[in-house]
Amino acid sequence: MPRQILLIEDEANIAEAIRFVLMRDGWQVSTHGDGSDALERVRAIRPDVLVLDVMLPGRSGFEILSDLRADPEFWALPVLVLTARGQDRERDAALAAGATRFLPKPFGNAELVATLRMLDPGAPGRTAIDPGAA
Amino acid sequence: MSRSALTGTRIRERRLALKRPQTEIARAAGISAAYLNLIEYNRRRVGAELLARIALALGVPASALDEDSESGIVIALREAAAAHADSAPTPADPAGDPVVLPEADRIEEFVSRFPGWAASLAERQLRVGALERRVEALSERLTHDPFLSSALHEVLSVVTSIRSTAAILAEGDAIPADLQARFHRNIHDDSLRLSGVAGDLARYLDRAEEDAPLPVLPMDEAMAWIGRQGWHLPALEGSAAIRPEDLVEASDLHGPGRDLALGYARQAARDALQMPLEAFIAVARDEGQDPGRIAARADLPMAAVMRRLAALPEAPGLQPMGLAVCDGAGVLVFRKPLPGFALPRLGGACPLWPLYQALTEPGRPIRRVVEIAAREPRRFLTDAYCELRHPSGAEGPQLARAYMLFRPLVPGGSAAAVSPVPAGIACRICSRSPCEARREPSVLGAVAARGAAGAA
Repeated sequence: MPRQILLIEDEANIAEAIRFVLMRDGWQVSTHGDGSDALERVRAIRPDVLVLDVMLPGRSGFEILSDLRADPEFWALPVLVLTARGQDRERDAALAAGATRFLPKPFGNAELVATLRMLDPGAPGRTAIDPGAA
Repeated sequence: MSRSALTGTRIRERRLALKRPQTEIARAAGISAAYLNLIEYNRRRVGAELLARIALALGVPASALDEDSESGIVIALREAAAAHADSAPTPADPAGDPVVLPEADRIEEFVSRFPGWAASLAERQLRVGALERRVEALSERLTHDPFLSSALHEVLSVVTSIRSTAAILAEGDAIPADLQARFHRNIHDDSLRLSGVAGDLARYLDRAEEDAPLPVLPMDEAMAWIGRQGWHLPALEGSAAIRPEDLVEASDLHGPGRDLALGYARQAARDALQMPLEAFIAVARDEGQDPGRIAARADLPMAAVMRRLAALPEAPGLQPMGLAVCDGAGVLVFRKPLPGFALPRLGGACPLWPLYQALTEPGRPIRRVVEIAAREPRRFLTDAYCELRHPSGAEGPQLARAYMLFRPLVPGGSAAAVSPVPAGIACRICSRSPCEARREPSVLGAVAARGAAGAA
């Protein structure tokens, strides 16, 4: 059974590229581009990992994440937060809201894949990681 | 150059000339050494009474520590000496102080013997101070300017897309032809978008270059201080509340910025007394943070309820609320922004805000959903209200003050179905078109137009 990722990202071209990269890595990928009903999508899909952009139409990624962490069913869901602002305060805000990891844009495909492999014990390709390199 | 800055420098000079440690002078003056240190480094204002005690401890009349008796040149040279001492590490002296000022006790002699050199050095010191303030202002602008923030976000997003897509194509894996063609097209579209936003940025920065240097306004100083407290002043709450004067006295504010902060703190203290925190939070939660319902239920003035709602600490079940307050001329006199709803520092705000509608209908609560124009428009629930005041009684002028509370619209809530009022932040950084209320052209119309086209 492939591991499932839900990518919430409103930039269509970024979503398309990430979707391709992750599917090539063996993930099953769903995408969604609107913050206002993102929580409903998470609850419907129940992904193994959530990749969440911060600047979204409707609701910010931080607001979505805070609500998600308040739900006992999703308090432990691995969440990778993507943001176009890499300053310390954005990172701190992401971690305070409950992000498992934080990846500032622009990032490389390999960096994204490696981060997701670290987040999910069942991630495709994870056995290829040298534990000593972490 | 502020009074307090000069006084602090002089206290330090005098103490170092006497080779007496901070602890000794602080003890004699009845304050902590840490507080004296803040005063000496011009980070705390010193009142007349405390200045008299410090002067006594230093064995000089208080007037000797008052900068009014100094000429501008001597004052500037004292600042230069203090700055030099701050930046030049020297071995600790026997009294335990880390630095010794360079011949600061001979400044007057230097001025009288070499007036030309002294004037030149003083002028350079003033220039350095002005440049430092400008750097601070520009740094603040880079951090908070909504256009720069939006443009930077767009640049990073497009670069991420190009980098990721280009890497896929460059890796040489077998990619279906139709997907390959689409990735090429995406890169092309992104490159056009990137060149557009780069052009917008260049034009914007060109204009900024033409503008006068940005001053650090007293209102900015006061708002920054209140913001650093989290927009809530717990020291003024409950039975252990301290005086607003003491709270502001302990801040690093001075001059008009300090006066504005003190005015806010006094008002906050009165509000805290009238609306005790725990009880008010409970009522706010019960009434869905609706200021009109809270005011009616508790028989409180609407404006006071709005101020109190904006000044609440984070609490379960409460949304953070922004607050804009303007006077009768429409000038913003209080600004608590929220993500997605910035409040302009300079120039006028969007005339379509319900805040300004309230000015035309004093005494009537106005509730509207507002959609703020941006690359990704966001909706906010706003409550606006204008109160009329007569501070000098019937013979004096009538003054208007309008309040607008705002918070992100909750999806699916009762207000979500309401047609929003289309608005923006300020004309210069708003792309909404056509707009009958526009007072000046926008510099980022192209950015938003591209964003809208991309979303479609």
